[in-house]
Order: sequence, then structure tokens, then C-alpha cells
Amino acid sequence: MKQKDVICVVCPNSCAITVKQMPDGKLLMEGQGCKRGEQYASDEFLAPKRTLATTVRIKGAFIPLLPVRSSVPVPKERLNDILDLLARIEVQAPFKCGSVVVQNVLGLGADIIATRTLGVDTCAKVACELR
Amino acid sequence: MMQKETDVAVIGGGPAGLAAAIEANKGGCSVTIIERDDGLGGILQQCIHPGFGLHEFKEELAGPEYAQRYIDMLGETKVDVMLGTMVLDMTPKKEILAINEQGVVKVQAKAIVLAMGCRERTRGAIKIPGYRPTGVYTAGTAQRFVNIEGFMPGTRYVILGSGDIGMIMARRLTWEGAKVEAVVEIMSYPSGLIRNKVQCLDDFGIPLYLSHTVVRVHGKDRVTGITIARVDENWKMVPGTEIFFSCDTLLLSVGLIPENEVSRKAGIRLARTNGPEVNQFLQTNVEGVFACGNVLQVHDLVDNVAIEAKRAGAMAAMYATGIRLPSINSPDAVPLVAGRGIGYVLPIKVNTGVDLALASRIGPVNVSLRVKRPVDDVYVRVKNGAKEVYKKFFKHLRPSEMVIFELSAAALNAIDKAQPIEAYLEPKPAKELSEAKVA
Ligand SMILES: Cc1cc2nc3c(=O)[nH]c(=O)nc-3n(C[C@H](O)[C@H](O)[C@H](O)COP(=O)(O)OP(=O)(O)OC[C@H]3O[C@@H](n4cnc5c(N)ncnc54)[C@H](O)[C@@H]3O)c2cc1C
Ligand code: SF4
Repeated sequence: MKQKDVICVVCPNSCAITVKQMPDGKLLMEGQGCKRGEQYASDEFLAPKRTLATTVRIKGAFIPLLPVRSSVPVPKERLNDILDLLARIEVQAPFKCGSVVVQNVLGLGADIIATRTLGVDTCAKVACELR
Repeated sequence: MMQKETDVAVIGGGPAGLAAAIEANKGGCSVTIIERDDGLGGILQQCIHPGFGLHEFKEELAGPEYAQRYIDMLGETKVDVMLGTMVLDMTPKKEILAINEQGVVKVQAKAIVLAMGCRERTRGAIKIPGYRPTGVYTAGTAQRFVNIEGFMPGTRYVILGSGDIGMIMARRLTWEGAKVEAVVEIMSYPSGLIRNKVQCLDDFGIPLYLSHTVVRVHGKDRVTGITIARVDENWKMVPGTEIFFSCDTLLLSVGLIPENEVSRKAGIRLARTNGPEVNQFLQTNVEGVFACGNVLQVHDLVDNVAIEAKRAGAMAAMYATGIRLPSINSPDAVPLVAGRGIGYVLPIKVNTGVDLALASRIGPVNVSLRVKRPVDDVYVRVKNGAKEVYKKFFKHLRPSEMVIFELSAAALNAIDKAQPIEAYLEPKPAKELSEAKVA
């Protein structure tokens, strides 16, 4: 029987939930304070996901890195594969916040999007251009 | 010398400064933001992890993304932005002295919003014995190196302090291929959010040593290792509990402190927290000077920064257009004090007897506080003499989570000026608790 201790992070109560899987696949839970925690613990047990936030190299901007994130959470066990892929990527300025760097990364259904606008000059200029 | 006049001057262009400026502009004022950096957004530009703006935008944005939303909103206003301009001095007459590439700049304002943010504490480091080798950084400096400038300060790390920045950096460094040996916390509980402990430490099997501290930094030119040890209740090292970690870098995440050098020069009184003393209008003891964001109190959620800053911006606009707001120096200002179990509470004073028309325009008073240490099953109570002003039950409270609530205008009008208002914690009686469980 598989068992896992999960600390719920949905609200500040931080319930310590123990999840057990029965031979028939059903999940047994103990310690959850509410329904939302049940959902969280079941996701954590069956298929934990995380939003990935990191950087990729950028050419021609006033700083060498463009911050990016996954548009939706991705499976936790694939984070390293995505990081390996992003380590090999370099983009060219200008880049606008929200635009896609990698579409449907590794077929996981999430895009990698820029989280900052970087112009070709200083960001002082970007701020002006945006006006 | 360049000279400039403006209704409202905002010092600092981080999230607090941006939100305050937009709001002051809505109030019909000419507004100028003065920012020392080359871009807007403040510290958010280096906080590339998600988790910002959940309340306001119902989305988990990364720090720069959140900043961009505000920069875009600012772009639709006529707010004037002076980048690369550092404020050096300020007078009670609201004359600001700054420098930039063109030289000295003088800005005469009718009202000022302080939004300079905070800086990292390093004091904890001073007491650590050993040489002062290369390889000791504050966590925020390392965050800037890794996320903006693109280099890693080391390969194997020990992090002192379990603040959010330290824990978030533990994950970031691990993702960048470094090894984080341990996070070491002198308190018996993590000082950052539980969410960050789970997702930044537990996810990667990074051990958190509670009630431990760094007792020695090894290495002469470069850090070669760190020795930690357990501490007792009085923070005295327990001999024989030393653990050695081989590493090349020590990061310090031992807290933030409001940045108020400039405020002090204008005669602004600072509270014990190093933030300015303010009343419910966020007005300091110098009339027409307001404070918000991390320069006032260190926030953990940028959403709360924005709410506070909007209020400060609105108040500054009112002041600049000739509406006099009650002063913290007035005899009508009643102290709001931190009682049992409370670390600090803001505002420092609450003005009573506020003109009704003004009070209704301003809305309820926001109170924010932090508890001293983690507690379960308590009431947060606010009393004025024997009179109850506020009472609410909390299942869990932690110092890392700020408590914010409103006091109504009606409650304030009933305040007895002769007595202070006190916020304190009261444990819920065991009887009520067991009854609650049955129910
Ligand atoms: C190093 C560090 C890392 C942080 N990381 C996180 C994190 O990971 N997650 C999180 O939720 N919160 C984090 N925070 C908290 C975060 O700062 C707040 O949520 C929020 O950014 C505060 O906004 P602010 O506008 O008050 O301050 P800031 O964002 O700090 O903005 C202040 C601005 O004022 C400018 N300024 C200061 N003095 C002057 C002067 N004399 N003249 C002109 N301009 C001046 C500064 O350059 C800066 O741009 C961090 C804070 C620090 C210090
Ligand atoms: S289980 Fe419910 S009450 Fe407990 S932490 Fe999760 S969301 Fe909060």
C-alpha cells in the first residue's frame, strides 16, 4: 500500500494530511481540514504539479536574462527536462511580457512565456515606448 | 540646477510607488515618481518566481509580470517618471533634493509619498566568528545575480535564515544546478511561509535545521565550509551539537529593514520597526508626507502593498488639493499599542473625532499586525479601556502572515481619548474549543 504525507498549502492552516492508496485504487485521507485540502492532497499523491519559473538567455537587451514561466502548472517530475531544454535556448530582444518563448513545451500542454518586457536598449527606454 | 514643481512627489518606483502614483493622479494631481534605478518595478524585477497578485488579478503572476501590469497602467496616465534619480535629502517644507546624470535636481511638492522599500539586514552576520572570506552574500543580492545579471555566486550553499527570500533562493539555486546543503534557522519554526517550505525545501529534500545557527565560517580567501550548532531557548550554542558542511557560499536571509535614511532627514519620527510613525491616514508626523509599502512595514504579499499604497496616494492627493487631514500630533490621536503576543501593530495612532464627511470619504481604518510567535486557537482582540473595538478568532497565526482588518468609523467615534487602544491575543478557553469540536 502506498502512503504519503502531504502538507496542504491551499490556506494558512497548513493541515498535515496522510494519503493512503487502497489495493482497489481508492484514496484514504486523514488530517484534512476541508474539501479543498482533499483535492490538493489527491493531486499531490497522484500527479503533483508545479509552476516553473526560471530564465532564458537573451541577446541585445540591457540585461543577459529574460525571466519566463510555464503558463500553467506542469508535472513535477518533468521540471528537470524543461529546465534542460530552456538552458539551451537563447532569444533576441525585443521581447514582450506575456509572449511565448516555447509553445507546448515537451508536449505537456503548457507554454513557456516571458514575464518581463525587454527592449533593445535600456529598460528606461522601454518604459517610454510603452506610453 | 534643474527645478521642478509637482502636486505629489512619490519617492521610489516599486509596486508601492506605482500604485500610489496612479491613485494620486486619479485624484486630479500632477504626480512625479523619483526612482534611483534605471527602470520601474523595484525589487519585483528580481523576484521571478510566481505567486504575486493572486488577490488583485486572480492569477499567479511572476514578480516582473506584476510590475509590468502597473507600469502599463501608469503608461495610460500623465504621471512624470524620473529614472536614475536618487533622492538625497528632503525638508519638512517638502522640497526634495536629488541627483542624476544631469546633476542636482530640486523638486518642490505639495505632498510626498514615501515608497523607498526596504533593504536586507546583515547584522546577523557580524556576530559569526571566522575570517571574512569571499562567498558570503545576502539572499537578495544572490537573487539579483542569478535572476538578472546571470551568474552564480557559488556551487555549494548553506543558507542562514528561513525567510521567504532564502527559501525561494534554495529552489532557484537547485534548479540552476547548485547544491544547497542546508537551511539553518535560529528560531524553533520557519520564519517564511509554510508554502515556501513545502515547495522550495521539501520538494528537493533540502534539510531545514530549526533552533540552529551558524557558529563558524571556514576558509581564508573563499568560504570552504560552515559549522552550525543547536541553540537552547536563550539562543546559546549547545556544545557537542556542531555539524560541519563543506560548501563555498553562505547566503544570509535574516530579515528586511525599512529604508528610512531620507525620511529621518526631514524630521520624520520612526517607530520601533524602523518604519515611520503614521496615523490611519498613513500620514507621518510631518504633515503632507505619507508612507506605504515596505518603507512603512515589511510586507509578505504585494497585494497588500498595493492596497496600502493606493490609500497613501489618495490621501496625498487630498492633501495636495487643500484638504487638511487630522495630524498624528493632535491631542485627538490615540495610541494603538501592541499588547500581549503582538509583535507590532499599525497605525501607531488613531485620530478620533474625525469630521463625519471626511470619515465617510476615507472609509474604514485598516489595521495591520503581526504576532510575536506562532500560536493556535486565539482571539485577536482590540480594546479601548473596557470597550471592545474588535474581536476575531484565528485557528493558526504565524509571524510570517500579516493580519489585516478594518475598524469601522462607528467604532472609532466611540473611542475614549483618555485611554490607549490595545491589540492583544487571548487564548480561546479550552471549554469553548472542545464544544466546538463536538459541534
Ligand atoms: C531583496 C528582496 C527580495 C524580495 N523578494 C521577495 C520575494 O521573493 N517574494 C515576495 O513576495 N516578496 C519579496 N520581497 C518583498 C517585496 O519587496 C515587496 O512585496 C514589494 O516589492 C515591496 O514594494 P515597495 O514598492 O514597497 O518596495 P521596492 O520594491 O523595494 O521598491 C522601492 C523602490 O524605491 C527605490 N528607492 C529607494 N530609495 C530611493 C531613493 N533615495 N531615491 C530614489 N529611489 C529610491 C528603489 O530603487 C526601489 O525601486 C523582497 C524584498 C527584498 C528587499
Ligand atoms: S485542508 Fe483545508 S483547512 Fe487544511 S490547509 Fe488545506 S485548505 Fe486549509
